[in-house]
Amino acid sequence: MRETFDEMNGAGGDLRAPYRAIEAWLKATPQTVLTAKRLEAERLFRRIGITFAVYTEGGDPERLIPFDIIPRVIDADEWAVLERGLTQRVRALNAFLADVYGKREIFAAEKVPLAMIEHNPAYQQLMQGFTPPGGIYTHIAGIDLVRTGPDEFYVLEDNCRTPSGVSYMLEDRSVMMRLFPDLFTQAGVEPVSRYPEFLLRTLQSVAPPNCQGGPTVVVLTPGQYNSAYYEHSFLADEMGVELVEGVDLVVKDKHVFTRTTRGLKKVDIIYRRIDDDYLDPQAFKPDSMLGVPGLIEAYKAGNVSLANAPGAGISDDKAVYCYVPEMVRFYLGEEPILKNVPTWDCSAESALAYVLDHLDELVVKETRGSGGYGMLVGPHASKKEREAFAKKLRAHPSAYIAQPTLALSTCPTFVESGVAPRHIDLRPFVLCGADKIRIVPGGLTRVALREGSLVVNSSQGGGTKDTWVLRAPNGQTQSQSQSQK
Amino acid sequence: MLARAAESMFWLARYIERVDALSRLMEAAQLMAGLSDQSAEWRSALIAAGCEPGFLAKYGAVTPERAARFMGADPENPSSILNCLEKARINARAMRTALTRDMWDAVNGAWLEARRMGPADFRLEVLPVTLDWVRTVSTRFAGAYQTTMLRNEIYSFVKLGASIERADNTARILDVKYHVLLPSYSGVGGMLDYYQWTSILRAVSAVRAYQWVYRDEVKPWNVAELLILKPELPRSLRACYDDIVECLDTIAADHGGVRSECHRLAGGLAARLRFGRIADIFQSGLHEHLTELIDRTADLGDAIYAFYMK
Repeated sequence: MRETFDEMNGAGGDLRAPYRAIEAWLKATPQTVLTAKRLEAERLFRRIGITFAVYTEGGDPERLIPFDIIPRVIDADEWAVLERGLTQRVRALNAFLADVYGKREIFAAEKVPLAMIEHNPAYQQLMQGFTPPGGIYTHIAGIDLVRTGPDEFYVLEDNCRTPSGVSYMLEDRSVMMRLFPDLFTQAGVEPVSRYPEFLLRTLQSVAPPNCQGGPTVVVLTPGQYNSAYYEHSFLADEMGVELVEGVDLVVKDKHVFTRTTRGLKKVDIIYRRIDDDYLDPQAFKPDSMLGVPGLIEAYKAGNVSLANAPGAGISDDKAVYCYVPEMVRFYLGEEPILKNVPTWDCSAESALAYVLDHLDELVVKETRGSGGYGMLVGPHASKKEREAFAKKLRAHPSAYIAQPTLALSTCPTFVESGVAPRHIDLRPFVLCGADKIRIVPGGLTRVALREGSLVVNSSQGGGTKDTWVLRAPNGQTQSQSQSQK
Repeated sequence: MLARAAESMFWLARYIERVDALSRLMEAAQLMAGLSDQSAEWRSALIAAGCEPGFLAKYGAVTPERAARFMGADPENPSSILNCLEKARINARAMRTALTRDMWDAVNGAWLEARRMGPADFRLEVLPVTLDWVRTVSTRFAGAYQTTMLRNEIYSFVKLGASIERADNTARILDVKYHVLLPSYSGVGGMLDYYQWTSILRAVSAVRAYQWVYRDEVKPWNVAELLILKPELPRSLRACYDDIVECLDTIAADHGGVRSECHRLAGGLAARLRFGRIADIFQSGLHEHLTELIDRTADLGDAIYAFYMK
């Protein structure tokens, strides 16, 4: 493994320019003040109710995701590259989805094996031959990036279904600004606060074909016991639209309505935070209590839009991931700006053999797993753990992919022992409307709080940081990416 | 607005108002217990709070300690103060988008403290401190919604919930104290222990109000009139029903004048309270009168649910 790149001090220990303000601030601020501010931050999160609900493991069902008060900084040039790369990647992912559910040209051209989508549970037969409003499948995509060097960013995975975490991007910023207002006046940080407005405009841009007048948008949540419920209510509130549960919606004559105090009111666009399988008991799981009977029929009749589209998950499968660079070339005729991590698809025999031989240096993941569950970090695992994992791998090779253990960059983090480097990643949120792609400068930075750990997932003890994108030195604000589709 | 939002806001306000009523009831019981029959005071509080059957099933006999713990923190008592705060917060969280930040702060802040509390906080030695805290919760919530909410439909449903709960509580307290606990009382104007009467006033925090309105010694006639018919007292049935009618009218106007059974019921009751005379009420029987008001108020709740929340 190569030497770890530190976001503040590079690989060699020289202070990097974007972190000048942070460094000066850390030097000038006594540790007791940092401790007090951290407690203050925690109190704010509790008070606002920004919690992550875990109802299955016992203990406090409403937990805080630890918030680290030292921001992660990206300069304007770095961001410009990321932004172009993200835009390109999400355009390709949407083109792929349109192709999967349409003409299937990429498979005919043998750039992607058809096996990738056959028997894949994320594939939705009912979408075959149906074009969703605006031709968009993944309206809100969260692209997980990691960094290993000054100019080396890799895409770790794509999240094209219902990615969460954007409320942390926004609340981390507002808590930071409340705790350290002076810091922002010096640093020149791009605002993130327009996200809800961008989201609303993105959703409005994909109004269904039969919609008349200004479209009515709602956020559909599984309810207050869902782990991301805070985010659902936060986004609805910030957009000024209703937060609804399945029971609040009813389908009549293939139109969707909310039950209001004045009777039924028509709904045009649903930002749904419910998984495909639970959306509509008539189309998917018949025993789902969360969904809305008849919703899919209304969708297919062109009377309502769903974001993201059912079946969008076929593009973020960890095995399909290997082919995203190929999609960029095939659909856009461009070279990918963002690199993939080299990946071994264990369904291939030669790959499996290599992976089994190098388990101690690889990260192995389930192709359909998420949240950091069911993965093996080879270098950090015991011999016994590796052997147990090898057994699973041999039994179901096609269920796994493997990647080299990347030396994820570190960022100074305020931990028990003081300020110390911890590994981080980045999830920017890409909003893809029928009119354009919008990205607020920034994203969610997750940090692995345990020393040496590479697992940043909140379900595995990860925390979050405020993410700063610095304004370009010439003073131009790039508060919105405006690439035409 | 969503029908479910109307329901959540309505019940959020009811639970907070219930917590407020419970704290006043318990405070009065504790104060009065020092002056008269301890268990009778607490028993009347249990009855007025509607949790006497549950209490007796668990404990059999009433003692002040048990009653305070049961009304405050017993997990088996669905209407305990802590349980009501929990339910208030569930309703608030279910419809967070309908709450202003200040309302959320009031409810969530109370819940964060309440979940660290338990029976120990309702021991008689510390009860006054705890009840003071409970009152800051309800007044903070009331202040928050009055000063920060948009005057729209959501506001009307919050106020409606608070007003109905308050009407119900006042009617129950008066009924229990007046008739259940004073069975030997043989007629209006008879000599009764002064403290018993102030006990009723205390339970609705109206001792001072009584003096300001009547400037007279405490008389049963006046107490009943104050709690039922006087518009000046915010907890009187008259005042509550004026608020209820106002809320329902505002909602109806907002909906293009569409009205229903709940408007008819509320209007009828408000008119009776407005034009009623205390002499007539006593003539036809105070207990009967109060029981009917309690029943009609429950009917009104059902009618509101049927028309707006289903």
